Parts: sequence; C-alpha cells; structure tokens
Amino acid sequence: MSVVSLRNVSKSYPSSTKGGATVTAIDSVSLDVEAGDIYGIIGYSGAGKSTLVRLVNALERSTGGEIHINGRDIATLPERELRKIRLGIGMIFQQFNLLGSRTVAGNVAYPLEVAGFPKQDRAARVAELLSFVGLTDKAKSYPDQLSGGQKQRVGIARALATSPSILLADEATSALDPETTHEVLALLKRVNAELGITIIVITHEMDVIQTIATKVAVMDQGKVIERGPVFDVFSNPQHPASARFVSTVVKGVPSAPELEVLRERHTGRIVTLSFRDTEVDQSEVFGEFVRAGVPFQVIYGGVNEIQGRPFGHLTLALHADDDRVDAALERVRLLTTVTEVR
Amino acid sequence: MDALINLLPELWTATGETLYIVAATLFFGGIGGLIVGLGLYLTRGGSILDNKPVFVVLNVLVNVIRPIPFIIFLAAAQPLARAVTGSGIGNDAIIFTISLAASFAMARIVEQNLLTVTPGVIDAARSVGAGPVRIIFTVLLPEALGPLILGFTFIFVALVDMSAVAGFVGGGGLGNFALQYGYRQYEPVVTWAAVLLIIILVQLVQFLGNSLARKALRR
Repeated sequence: MSVVSLRNVSKSYPSSTKGGATVTAIDSVSLDVEAGDIYGIIGYSGAGKSTLVRLVNALERSTGGEIHINGRDIATLPERELRKIRLGIGMIFQQFNLLGSRTVAGNVAYPLEVAGFPKQDRAARVAELLSFVGLTDKAKSYPDQLSGGQKQRVGIARALATSPSILLADEATSALDPETTHEVLALLKRVNAELGITIIVITHEMDVIQTIATKVAVMDQGKVIERGPVFDVFSNPQHPASARFVSTVVKGVPSAPELEVLRERHTGRIVTLSFRDTEVDQSEVFGEFVRAGVPFQVIYGGVNEIQGRPFGHLTLALHADDDRVDAALERVRLLTTVTEVR
Repeated sequence: MDALINLLPELWTATGETLYIVAATLFFGGIGGLIVGLGLYLTRGGSILDNKPVFVVLNVLVNVIRPIPFIIFLAAAQPLARAVTGSGIGNDAIIFTISLAASFAMARIVEQNLLTVTPGVIDAARSVGAGPVRIIFTVLLPEALGPLILGFTFIFVALVDMSAVAGFVGGGGLGNFALQYGYRQYEPVVTWAAVLLIIILVQLVQFLGNSLARKALRR
C-alpha cells in the first residue's frame, strides 16, 4: 500500500488583483509513494514542488483531489485532526527553521512536548536522536553557534523525534555547500535504511536525486510531466524538461554549442549511441561498424552510474559513404539506441 | 533651593506616585498591547488565524486612537474611566486611561516585533503538530522576546510622559509636582528637581531594559 497517495490533487490561489484569474500552483497531480521509497520531486523554482510537499502535511490545504496518508484521506480533515496526522510526518526545511531561543536539545525536544511525550523520558530520547545525527556535544549550543550542516542535522533530529513514518525534505540541502550537502544526504540515506522512514525529497538539483532518490517525479508548471525509477528517467528521459535536468548531471551527451564545435572539427556523419546497463555489449556494437567497413572515431562520451547500474553515451564520427553507414546503423539499431546528430 | 528642601517630603511622595502609575499602566497597558498586537499579527492575511474582518477592525481602531494627543484623549475618555473605575478623577482614573492609550500604542510595537519572527519557524512548529495557542507561547513570544523587551522599555518613556498629565484630572506624580510647586510658584529649581528625577528614572529603566534584552538575545 502507498504511504502517500495523491489523487488529482490541485491547489489554486485566488487572484491577488480583483477580478483577475486564479493562480493554479498544482494542477491535478497524482503520485504514489511506497513505503521505503526515497522519492525525489524535481523542478525549477515556481514549478510547484514546494507547494506540493506542503500539501502532504497540510501546511497548505489543497483545493481539489484526495491526499491519502497511510490510507487516510486528509484533504478534508479539520485542523485539529491534522495536528495528530502531522506527528507522523517529519519535515525539514531549506532555512532549517530552528527556534533561536532554544538550545539544540530544546529544539529536538520541542516535538516531544507537543506530542505529550512523558517528561521523564524526553532527555533520553533527545540524547538518542542527537547521537544518531552526531551532535551529542552540541546539545547545549544555540542554533546561531552552529554551521549550516549542523543546523540541518538538528532539523533532522527534530523531525525524527516523534518517530514519524514519513519525512519531507523541502530543499533541505539547497542552502548548503557541496561537501555539507553530501553529509546531509548520507544522513538522510541512513534515516531511510536504518529507520525505514519513507522520504520525499524536493529539490532543484539533479545531483541530489542522483545521490539518494530511488524514484523521481519531474514537475513543470504545477504538473508532473514525467516519473519513474531514477535509473529510467536518467538514462532515457522522455520529456524535454526532464532531459534538461538530466543533462545537468549526466556526462556524455554533447550540448548544442559543443555539438557545433564537433561538427566543425569532424567530417562524416555523427551519431550518439546510448548504452543502458549491461544489456548491450559495446564490443558487439563496434564490431558491427568494423564488419560493415565503417571506420569510426569516438569524439565525445561518458559513462554514468545510478544506484550501481551503469549507463553511457558515446558520440561517434563515421567515415564512410552513406550506403555503408546506413547498413551499419540498421544493424546497430537492433542492439542499442542510436540518435543521429548529423 | 530652600523651597525645594521644604518640599522634599512632597517630592518623594510624588516620585512614589509616578512609579505607581507607571508600573500599573505598564502592567495593564502591556497586557492590553500584547493582546491587541497579537490580534493584529495573528489575523493578518496569511497568518495562522487569518481573519480579515477582525484585522480590519483592530487596524482601524489602532490607527484612530494612537494619533490622538493624550491630553485630549484623557478628557474624551473620562466618561469611560468613570464607568469603569467609579471616578473620573484621581490616580485610578488616570491609570485606566493611560493603560487604554498605551495598549494601542504598544499594539503596533508588539505587532512589528512579532513580524520579525521568521515565518518558517512557525511552519516548523505547525509541522510537528503545534496549534495556535502553543505557537503563541512557545514560538512567537520567546522568539521575539528581545525586541519585545526593548519595545516595552520604549513605551515606558511614553508612560512617564503621559503620567505627567495626571495632575489635570487630580492625579499625582512628578508631573503634577513640577506644575503645582515649580511652575505655578515661580520656583524653577523645584521644576528642575522633578525633571532630574524623571531623567534618572528613565535612564535606570532604559539600562535595565537593555540588559534584559541583551540576555534574551544572548549578545
């Protein structure tokens, strides 16, 4: 059963000017997040991804559709009932949003106070959480004495305090430098693996998706335009916007200006071959060109790995007359994906 | 100078009365200011108790009452003071009227200080299941405590200023003392003595407020 299931969820805001059109932030989105997933939602700013995640714990209310959390539709629940639901959904934020008036331990204890966790057990639970995120020695510090990465670890400890089954990460690493980003992502991976918590990650950085997500949904203008296992979307994006995101991290596909340079430098026809997984043997493909008598040159390329599965793109310049090249390509197409670029 | 020495007992009584009036109005006006200020903050568009009609009423009320010169407000509110305290004159009446005026002045300061609290922190509290009342007491007020203390210190000076007008409706205090024994008796030294005491009082409170705020802000 899905832990989080969205059915035709919409969110629109009344126009800010009188008589103007309403603004649709989320346009009939359906999404299923299974237990144990690290589900990435990627999109440019303004695509609606942050609004979408805020609908999941009802920080904002949807204006249409159903939102099922562990099987219960929360879209129509009154605020008082929602507070109980939120105890089961942790959330971390881009700006960390720690209470500046409380120590690190006080921040982590906050959800326990709200949940009515027995007073005498709170200190032990806080110590346990701080040890999990590696901040035991910072218990008495205040947030403004911590680095960004440490603040986010406090945020994670706070979000986990009431043992939620779902964790929402709203651009949780966007305010951090690359090194700290990877520390925090590694911690989120541990949260998922060791505590079995389902995580929904909102980001505009494909790198984040590549590092931790198992599934991904690409959002554009309030809609989910593509979704699926991360490997599939990365190795073979279907939608132009997805392809643009993928190209920010996937090595091996020449960009338009790069292609221009390649065309000037090389004669002959240019094709890009895509290899996914171990389903195709590269030597077989090259063998076809050799057998057909088509000399070739690798002029651009790269191999990537997602979740231990490799995929790559190689761009070749083929130096032979059209008939031979066509014959060779016909056979190669049976083995792998070929994109002709000239 | 001799006049001042002769008036020393009255001066101490007047100082005590000023302290009493200011302390009482700081208490009642402070509570009133917190309530109205919180009301403004919470009912504003997009806030946790977003309620346009209530916000508009409070906003207009504050904007109408705040600019009225206090001495006119004192006269205008006299029937109300009589209805509430049983008398239109004396210390009780002036405490009521100053508290009322201070509530609306303080409300703006409270509202502005609460607006400095990052909205994200409120999101974080809501995301762990906190309701509005809990958010007020565990997030809003503690997070804005430093600026709030400075706001109360600021309003203290305004209260001393307002209390000086108390003499007009039969109240006591340093303002009344300075007018009655200094100004009307042509004894500038007596007036200056009252001024000096007020300066010392304000300085002490400003110092206290600053150090408390520093403590709250941990700077």
